[in-house]
Amino acid sequence: MSGDSSESKTIFSPALAARFDRLVGLYPVRRSALIPMLLYAQDEIGCISDEAVAEIARRIQITELDVRNVISYYSLLHTEPHGKFHVQVCTNISCMLRGGNELFEHCKRRLGVGNKETTPDKLFSLEEVECIGACSWAPAVQVNYDFHENLTPESMDRVLDDYRARS
Amino acid sequence: MADLVSHPDEVKLLSFRFGKGAASIEKYLELGGYASARKAIELGADGIVAEMKASNLRGRGGAGFPTGMKWSFVPKQSAKPKYVLVNGDESEPGTCKDRLIFEHDPHSVIEGVIIAGLAIGSRMGFIYLRGEYRYLLKIMERAIEEAYAKGFLGRNIFGSGLDFEVVSHTGAGAYEVGEESALMESLEGKRGIPRIRPPFPAVVGLYGGPTIINNAETIATVPHIFRIGGAEYAKLGTERNGGTRLFCLSGKLERPGVYELPMGYNLKKMIYEVGGGIPGGRKLKAVVPGGSSTPVLLPEEIDIGMDFDQVGKAGSMLGSGGVVVLDDTVCMVEFALRTMKFYRHESCGWCIPCREGTDWLEKTLTRFHAGGGQARDIDNIRYLAENMMGRTFCPLGDAAAMPTIAFVKKFRKEFEDHLNGAPCPYAHHREAALATV
Repeated sequence: MSGDSSESKTIFSPALAARFDRLVGLYPVRRSALIPMLLYAQDEIGCISDEAVAEIARRIQITELDVRNVISYYSLLHTEPHGKFHVQVCTNISCMLRGGNELFEHCKRRLGVGNKETTPDKLFSLEEVECIGACSWAPAVQVNYDFHENLTPESMDRVLDDYRARS
Repeated sequence: MADLVSHPDEVKLLSFRFGKGAASIEKYLELGGYASARKAIELGADGIVAEMKASNLRGRGGAGFPTGMKWSFVPKQSAKPKYVLVNGDESEPGTCKDRLIFEHDPHSVIEGVIIAGLAIGSRMGFIYLRGEYRYLLKIMERAIEEAYAKGFLGRNIFGSGLDFEVVSHTGAGAYEVGEESALMESLEGKRGIPRIRPPFPAVVGLYGGPTIINNAETIATVPHIFRIGGAEYAKLGTERNGGTRLFCLSGKLERPGVYELPMGYNLKKMIYEVGGGIPGGRKLKAVVPGGSSTPVLLPEEIDIGMDFDQVGKAGSMLGSGGVVVLDDTVCMVEFALRTMKFYRHESCGWCIPCREGTDWLEKTLTRFHAGGGQARDIDNIRYLAENMMGRTFCPLGDAAAMPTIAFVKKFRKEFEDHLNGAPCPYAHHREAALATV
C-alpha cells in the first residue's frame, strides 16, 4: 500500500519513516496525515527543509506547492531552524494580567535576542506567542513542547539555566 | 502538569477522576469507566439521543447549542460514512479546561466519542488536539491503544457486533481551526479556511459525510450523563442549562484555577469566594465572562448566574468558560489592543471584513494607546467593529468585534483619557506594551 515511499529513499529516521507509512493509511484520505507529518518531520530535523517538503509531498501524493500552502498557514510550522530550545512566551490577556509582557521583556534581556530571533550559539530562540492554554497558571511559557507556569523573572532564569545545563 | 485546585462549592462530576491516575485504563475501569458505553449500546441510537436531550447539555465550546438536538440533525440514512469529530483545539484566550480533561481523564473523551458514534450510526471518530498540546497527544494516543487492547475500540466493540475506530490527531497552531468548518478543513490536511454553510456539517461534513463536531468538554461530559441519567444531570444546573461546567478563572485573582461548578453559579461569588477575590486590596474593574471574544462586564453587572441564558441577558456570552478578571490597575485601552492583536494574528484572511477590520483596529488601537489618538478615533473604532459584525464567513469576525464594541461603550472615559498625547494613566504597563507592539 505505502510500500513505494518506504522503499524509496527517505531523509527521515527509520522509526519516523515507518510512522509515516502508518499515518497515511490511518485516515479515509491520505492528505489528512499531512499536518501531523509536517510537525513530526520538523521535530526530527529542526525545521521543514526543502527535502522534507519534497518527500512529504511524494508520500501524500500532492504537489510541493500544496504542502507549502499548508505550512504557511500554521503558526507552529517553520522552514528555518529555531534554537535548540524555542522559548515561547505567552502575552495574551490572562498572561498579560499576571506579568506576561514583563516576562517577555525579561527573556529578551536575558537571552540578548528579540522576538523571533536566535542566540548566536543556536541554543535559544525566542518568540512572543498567543494563548497556549495555561490561563489559570499564568504567566506561562512553552519551551519546545514543555509548559512552564506561574513564572516570575527569577523562576524563568532557573528554567533557562536548566535548559542551558541540559545542552 | 497544571495544578489542580478545589473549592467546597464545586460539584465534581466531570472532574471526579482528576488527580486519580485515571489516564490508565485500569484505574478508569475501577472508577466506573466504560459502563456508560455499555449502557448506550443497550439503549440504541434513539435512546441515546433521548437521554442527551433530557440532560439539557449545551455545547461547552462557546455557542451553547443543545448537544442532543445537534446529534438528532444527522440523517439516519447516508450513502457516505458518518463521523464524530472532537474539537480539542482549545485556544480561546482565557480557556484552559480541555487540557485538564485530556491529561487526567482521556478515556472519558474516548467513551464520549463511542457514545456519540452509536447515536448517529458512525464507525469512526477523530480527536483533534491543538499542536501545542503534544504531551496530551501522547496521553491520548496511549489511552486509545489501551481501549483497542481491551476490545472497546476496533471490531465488535464490547462484543456488540459493532465496529468503531478512533484516531487522535494533532493540529499545528491556529485559533481559527477551533471553528468547526475550519477544523474539518484542517483535519483534511488543508489550510484552516472556514466553509460556507449551509450545508451544515450534520449533513455534509468531514470527507463529505454527515459529521457531528463537539467540544472536548462536551464529549467528556457524555459518559457522566449516562452514569447518573439525563434527568439527574439536568437537575444539577438551571432551566435549559443542564449540569456543571469547568470554569477557568484567570487574571487578577487570589486563587485562579479551573473549578467545576453548577451551571447558573453566581459570577460574583465565583470571583470573590471561589477565586478568592482580588489580590492586594485592589478594586474590581471588569470581567470577561467567557473567553476573550465575549463582551466585558462591569462590576455592577456581575451579580448573575453563569448559564447561557442569564449571561446572554446581561449582554454578554457564557462562551468557553474562561472567566478573566481585571482590577483597577489594568488599562482598558491596552487590554482592548491586546485582544485585537490576537484576532488580527489569527484571522485567516479569507474574508475582507475580518482581515481588514482586525488589521485596522489593531493599528488604530496601537496608535491610540501610544498617545497618538484623536477624538474621532473612538467612534471610528466602534464603527469599524460594528461593521464587521455578521459580515464574515465564520464567527472569528464577530469574536473580534463584540468585545471591542463593549470596551468602547463601557469604558469610553478611559479612551478619552488617552487623548491629546496624554500619557497612559496606567503608565507602568505602557512601557512593556509599547515594546511588544
